[in-house]
Amino acid sequence: MSKSPSNSPKENPYSSASAKVRAELSEIDASIRTAALFFVTSAIVWLIIGTVFALLVAFKAHEPNFASSYEFLTFGRVRSAHLNAMALGWTSNVIFAVGLWIMARLSRFPINHGGMLLIAGFFWNIGLTLGIYGILFGDLTSVEWLEIPHYATPLLAISYTMIGVWGIMAFRFRKGDHVYVSQWYILAALFWFPWLYVVAQLMIIWFPARGVVQSVTNWWFAHNFLGLWMTPMALATAYYLIPKVLGRPIYSYYLSVLGFWSLAIFYNWAGMHHLIGGPIPVWIISAGIVGSVMMVVPVIVVGINHHMSVVGFHKEVWHSPTLRFIVFGAISYTLVSLFGSAMALRSVNEITHFTHFTVGHAHHGVYAFFTMVMFGGVYYMMPRLLKREWPSAALIKLHFWGSAIGITLMVVALQTGGWIQGMQMNNPDILFLDIVQGTIPWLKARSVSGLFLTVGHFAFAINFFWMLFAAGSVRAKEGPTLLAKLKEGGVA
Amino acid sequence: MKNLPLLFCGIFFALAFSFTGLILSSHIQLGGLTPSTETMTPSELDPSVMVMVEGDTRFPQQAVGIAQQGKDVYISMGCIYCHSQQVRRADFGADIARGWGPRQTVARDYVTQARVLLGTMRTGPDLAHVGGRPLNADWHHLHLFNPQITSEGSTMPPFAFLYDTQVIDGAPSADALQFPPGSEYGPEEGYEVIPTRRAVALVEYLLSLKINYSLPEAPIQ
Repeated sequence: MSKSPSNSPKENPYSSASAKVRAELSEIDASIRTAALFFVTSAIVWLIIGTVFALLVAFKAHEPNFASSYEFLTFGRVRSAHLNAMALGWTSNVIFAVGLWIMARLSRFPINHGGMLLIAGFFWNIGLTLGIYGILFGDLTSVEWLEIPHYATPLLAISYTMIGVWGIMAFRFRKGDHVYVSQWYILAALFWFPWLYVVAQLMIIWFPARGVVQSVTNWWFAHNFLGLWMTPMALATAYYLIPKVLGRPIYSYYLSVLGFWSLAIFYNWAGMHHLIGGPIPVWIISAGIVGSVMMVVPVIVVGINHHMSVVGFHKEVWHSPTLRFIVFGAISYTLVSLFGSAMALRSVNEITHFTHFTVGHAHHGVYAFFTMVMFGGVYYMMPRLLKREWPSAALIKLHFWGSAIGITLMVVALQTGGWIQGMQMNNPDILFLDIVQGTIPWLKARSVSGLFLTVGHFAFAINFFWMLFAAGSVRAKEGPTLLAKLKEGGVA
Repeated sequence: MKNLPLLFCGIFFALAFSFTGLILSSHIQLGGLTPSTETMTPSELDPSVMVMVEGDTRFPQQAVGIAQQGKDVYISMGCIYCHSQQVRRADFGADIARGWGPRQTVARDYVTQARVLLGTMRTGPDLAHVGGRPLNADWHHLHLFNPQITSEGSTMPPFAFLYDTQVIDGAPSADALQFPPGSEYGPEEGYEVIPTRRAVALVEYLLSLKINYSLPEAPIQ
């Protein structure tokens, strides 16, 4: 992090106008190119696979007889296949690509021996394929967020270690005095994730802890998968790219310090709010509620910092594919986190717990925040890796609107329907089957929202593979692909 | 931020804090929890200490035999994603008013389970006490074969693949499903539907889920 907000190239080498620094970045880009391309390609393939599972499971939720004669397509399995394809396939692969790339660039240290990184990435995806296959064919564990059967998880853990270590190595051998806020987030996440994963595997699957200690461990892991793995990576991406694209520094160094440490301290307690009302000692749940409510601090701080960094640049944000997605994600972060803090209050949780409201909330966080930010990251990274531009601005716009409309519709439908469901469930005079019937229109709306998301994802994938196979090379001469014509050159 | 040892320590202790506070502490508090008799009595040696009643059965009891195999079917079908197994206290939600159990469940109710399936979703009703409801094995088999038979309008998927349809050879099998007369979901004339071993195990497991005992900290009122 630069010592203070400053625009001077001398103090901030990361947005330097100097040709020498740009050449250095270009070398670093080249060092990670093959591995990053592999991870992004894998991420997008998993995104499409996860989308197909998602459509199937959304449709089955209101048409239970659809494809019901195939055991491997039963709701519980396809749902778990969807979650894991997205969480470990799309999410983690895109983190490996964008996160490691940002870390290498900020540390100004090339990824040496990228071949080993590639092999580790290969095994990560083999482990995941085996895991998804195991889920569909009946070996799922029925432990939320940890469904992958025990024969595939060691492979995932080992290949993760081989991947994560590259980020830490880049940081260890970094050049220069500056440690930028994105580096803290990436370093911390690379270190937190294996700790969470190994503890959860050991205490739930391999050497099961007694009784509900398993449930406590389960939600400590599952909520931190979002809080200490996805969230820091998405925030790192936003913190890196907002100043980068706009060519102005982050608003406040001190706010980014406060935001980082308050997230580090409070987020990892918050998962216990998934157990409110459950057979868990009340002190554990209270600790979780306190952590959840205290999350207001990092969220507001990061929100202010991001908002003040883009304020006055709304046109540029709208014209840049990268920033259009990232700012959508950053706004969603504030919204979803404030919702989350409210949902942790016992009086609210009494209604929302056990309903589709929570499902809507999960997608609000993982998609509207994390995924949208990472889409922005991929839109920025790819031209630097390939030295080509995105072939089609129209496809980027289709992607944005498909994703933005889709996720908005999904969150509104599931949370409205879920709230009604929760209110009715707490009234014992309403027959359970009537509540089930009441959710169907909202679940149908969710299926429609899935179609929008599918359109967006296919637009993204088509544009990506089109670019990968050279069709965009001509466009490079015309400058970056923007979503509107600019009078003067500027952002990308 | 330039003080890197401090950064590392901070990153480490942030997670170590909740790992200690939540995981290790709950393990210390609950890791030694054992089944108990329904009530406790003052010890003869030291009346200020409460002890279990000698000769009384201890609860919860371990699921045995085919019910235990049924739990594996429950796990492999992903039932947990729509059905929880926890009853909340009377003044929090309407779990007890809906008949989902006679009392709230507590940590001790789960100590004999190798895998705890609390669940976080109630697309369908809670199942912690489903074996204590007036639903017999026949009902469960019909419901699993196709939920529309017993619960019209349900969004639960049919689990017909856990059943075999076969030609009636002489007399109908004793374990054949008894469809309501004229049911559109029944087999064709001359055929019968019988549960596979997995279906039998799953129903046994469901019937074994009962909160029909008190615990010292959670008596049935």
